[in-house]
Amino acid sequence: MFRYIVRRFAYMLVTLFVVSIISFVIIQLPPGDFVTSYVAQLAAMGELVDQSEVDALRARYGLGQPVYVQYAKWIGGVLEGDLGRSLQWNKPVRVLIADRLPWSFSISLVSVVFVWLIGLPIGVYSATNQYSVPDYIATFLGFVGLAVPNFLLALLALWYYFNATGQVIVGLFSPEYLMAPWSFGRVIDLLKHLWIPALITGTAGTAGLIRTIRANLLDEIRKPYTLTARAKGLTETRLLFKYPFRVAMIPSVSTIGWMLPGLFAGELLTSFVLGIPTLSPIFLGALLNQDMFLAGSIVLILSALTVIGTLISDLLLALVDPRIKESV
Amino acid sequence: MEERVTQAVNDLETAPGEEVAAETIFVASQWKLIWWRFRKHKLALISSGVLIVLYVIVAFAEFFAPYDATRSDKNYIYAPPQPLRFVDEEGGFGLRPFTYGYTGTLNMETLRVDYEIDYSTKYPIRFFTHGDPYKLWGLFETDLHLFGTDEGGSAFFLGTDKQGRDMVSRLIFGGRISLSVGLLGIAISFVLGILLGGISGYYGGTVDVIVQRIIEFLMSVPTLPLWMGFSAALPPTWSVTKTYFAIVVILSLLGWTGLARVVRSKFMSLREEDFVMAARLLGANELRIVFRHLVPSFTSHLIASLSLSIPGMILGETSLSFIGLGLQPPAISWGVLLKEAQAIRVLNEAPWLLYPGFAVVVAVLAFNFLGDGLRDAADPYSR
Repeated sequence: MFRYIVRRFAYMLVTLFVVSIISFVIIQLPPGDFVTSYVAQLAAMGELVDQSEVDALRARYGLGQPVYVQYAKWIGGVLEGDLGRSLQWNKPVRVLIADRLPWSFSISLVSVVFVWLIGLPIGVYSATNQYSVPDYIATFLGFVGLAVPNFLLALLALWYYFNATGQVIVGLFSPEYLMAPWSFGRVIDLLKHLWIPALITGTAGTAGLIRTIRANLLDEIRKPYTLTARAKGLTETRLLFKYPFRVAMIPSVSTIGWMLPGLFAGELLTSFVLGIPTLSPIFLGALLNQDMFLAGSIVLILSALTVIGTLISDLLLALVDPRIKESV
Repeated sequence: MEERVTQAVNDLETAPGEEVAAETIFVASQWKLIWWRFRKHKLALISSGVLIVLYVIVAFAEFFAPYDATRSDKNYIYAPPQPLRFVDEEGGFGLRPFTYGYTGTLNMETLRVDYEIDYSTKYPIRFFTHGDPYKLWGLFETDLHLFGTDEGGSAFFLGTDKQGRDMVSRLIFGGRISLSVGLLGIAISFVLGILLGGISGYYGGTVDVIVQRIIEFLMSVPTLPLWMGFSAALPPTWSVTKTYFAIVVILSLLGWTGLARVVRSKFMSLREEDFVMAARLLGANELRIVFRHLVPSFTSHLIASLSLSIPGMILGETSLSFIGLGLQPPAISWGVLLKEAQAIRVLNEAPWLLYPGFAVVVAVLAFNFLGDGLRDAADPYSR
């Protein structure tokens, strides 16, 4: 077990290193460098540019030096918690991300709950009542759920919301709670808003879960041990949950970490359409305005969170199912 | 044995009265067996029909679209869809369909144009009529359209956009880009997947470990933020064609992993087979073994997994263009069209701008069903 953990941990470090290189490439992609744009922006606002400050910034990010030096300086800063400065907001990137990351995270987390809350019972019902009308409906909805892009669903939800409330964005709070201090009413109000993006973000995941659970459970139900158990006179419910259900769950549980990339992507599009102040709107704004430290840092954070999340889910699984660690 | 053959015959039997003799099955080629299995999957069969129709329409977009995609009509800005009618206001029925024109009045309160049906104008629909001139594929100059109205009439079956451009025509022209992104992207992914998956599966060892790590890495990072990051770096000065190809490359650079996995696992299981050993003993070289013996035995699996990865490409392009990081106007794709429905007030006034969304859903659904059917049919010898 210990060796398995060490090996997985080493893989994760390599992956994180590659992720950081890709993020750095994204930061470097637009023509021109950060300090030149910063100076141009200050000059455009009519502010005096202090040459010594410019030189300090150039030295800080190693501009004019070889790329690997620039990378080393940048990643060194990142490890110390300095993600650079956002040109567009004129704030440290760290502050911007710290403000919004919790919301991105909460929405993704709530949508995992939704995926399982909705997908599991439907998948089990579909499998135990194969070729019934609800099964056909569930299968069809599963296909549609995979085919409808998140942003389209979000747009439809927003349209409905607009007609119901007259608000142009869903947001996280109603206007009267927006600036209010935390209270019981504010939490309730938050929950009233949070389920909409969470549900939409989870559609593709739910559709996928229904399909895998149905397929796996059907496979297990047809196996002889189920027949044996039935012949011994077990009640149907007990029979189902005691054996086939548990075996059928393994593939879905073991890939729970793989849901993360899809969830983050879904959350980006959904929150963008619904106007929810997560990382999504500032990420898009940063990309459109070539505010590359902000954009690159968000890519880095989202990817790193995904990688770490996958690792945690794998480790938990190895703890639960000892067969796993031998196969990896 | 006898029983199994009868079983197989029963499995393959489809159309009533069409008896397939056991003899026929024994001599049928693999592709024939695949086709027999595939046509049992009704949804997949219908989907392939839908896809063929879609691709024919977008290939001959200029002919099927009643108008040029950029032609605007200032009297019909955000005009609602004009239904196709057979029965006129007086209850008279005619075989030739027609539409009624609109009269627009500016509503001073909402500052928008309110449209009312003008029953005095009746525009009959003509087939194979002459309309906006175009040059099909840059070769044939003509002005023939499948349908249209006489000069001065209007037939906007799905309404118009903010510049009074016909949504039907824009939908068709948009499909040309959105649907071809999938095919072109898959072509690049195909080369990458077969190359890397093949090398990884055929040689194994260190190469395999490295390729496997790359695949695992690409599968564990969220693709959308990376797509967004790379496409944001495309210079805005690039031409539409250049941006289009760049987007396709970006989409396929992260999209080949699934395919590589299929190729690798097939290579791994097949290279130990007796027929490979036989070929090797006969002195066939590596390339011949790979392309003459290995690849043909899993081509059907490849096609199935190819068609299952097209939807991801189509959705990727649509999402990127929708958030403004993909193709930009004047390019027309379904994502670009949907971007215009982004502002909720506009959407509320002109809900017909959402029709491109349904086109996306139909295309993606069709590819998913087709891929499912192909995957089931890919191995016709399995039960």
